[in-house]
Amino acid sequence: MVFKILTNFTKRIFGLLFKNKREIRLGFYGPPNAGKTSLANRICKDWTGEEIGKVSKMAHETREVQFKEEVEIKYKERSLKFKLVDTPGIATKIDYEDFMKYKMKKKQAQKRAKEATQGVIEAIQWLDDMDAVVVVVDATENPYSQVNITIVGNLVARNIPVLVVANKVDLKKADIKKVESAFPDYEVVGISAKYGKNMDEFYESVFRLANKT
Amino acid sequence: MSNKKKKGLTLQFMPFSEIAGLDSIGRIKKLLQVVLDNKVVVLQGRLKLREETRLIEDTMIMIGNIKGFKGVELAVITPNSGEQSFGRKFGNNLAKLLTGQENALTIIGPASIVKEMKRDPSKLEVMMR
Repeated sequence: MVFKILTNFTKRIFGLLFKNKREIRLGFYGPPNAGKTSLANRICKDWTGEEIGKVSKMAHETREVQFKEEVEIKYKERSLKFKLVDTPGIATKIDYEDFMKYKMKKKQAQKRAKEATQGVIEAIQWLDDMDAVVVVVDATENPYSQVNITIVGNLVARNIPVLVVANKVDLKKADIKKVESAFPDYEVVGISAKYGKNMDEFYESVFRLANKT
Repeated sequence: MSNKKKKGLTLQFMPFSEIAGLDSIGRIKKLLQVVLDNKVVVLQGRLKLREETRLIEDTMIMIGNIKGFKGVELAVITPNSGEQSFGRKFGNNLAKLLTGQENALTIIGPASIVKEMKRDPSKLEVMMR
């Protein structure tokens, strides 16, 4: 009896100590409007039936780091638990007048801009807490932006494994080859988070990424 | 004779030696000071990776606190920008990136003047407003 109590106690203590280790913290980083939340939503819906956050055509819809814990992804009879961390888009400029183009009032636009600036800071501060990161880029945009360079560089410097996702491949302008040539040393997966295109290949890559953590 | 003031763009060249002796906060402060004067700063060299993210963070703080400031446009050109991709650059030259490097050019301009900096990857186009 005493032995059983001691064994259970030890199991609980070890369980608590290694709880976070079993759950891989997977961050979603990238410039605004690349589709980070759309992708995180797609994963959450596939495996939990719930979404992580709201999406919008207007940039900086995600202005706070949002996460979903205990997301169990299964692939080829293997299963891994993730904590998905969806971060605000990293930008070097934010102009409230851009939000006013979407018929937003000045005060509301200024408030959104202020929240967006705080979101960028928060996203950067979370970099140190990631086990692995999915860098989401818009496949219709030029991948050689300084924001992308800075994000990937900082991840490499921190020894955090990176998977590059070229999102929006459903669009005619999408150029996955350009994204691949910008990131030749990283695995690049072309997907459409909106339509769930190529998600199997994405999950396969996520498992490979998780093995590097 | 017209007294109308001509509008122009000022590029301020900054040798790396001007910031070499400063700590990270001092370096960023010095660069952003030039940008706040509505000038485009051309720095000989580049900041360390952590300084680059710190520059973005400080820029965000300034957007909320300095009237009319909308942020910056930023680009770094390295000698082999045309040949090198992100991967090789980070893999082989990580040490240089961590410590900053002098054989690069960093261009930082106020977003109110510089609309966009496009790298593609062997050339850099600076679009003005």
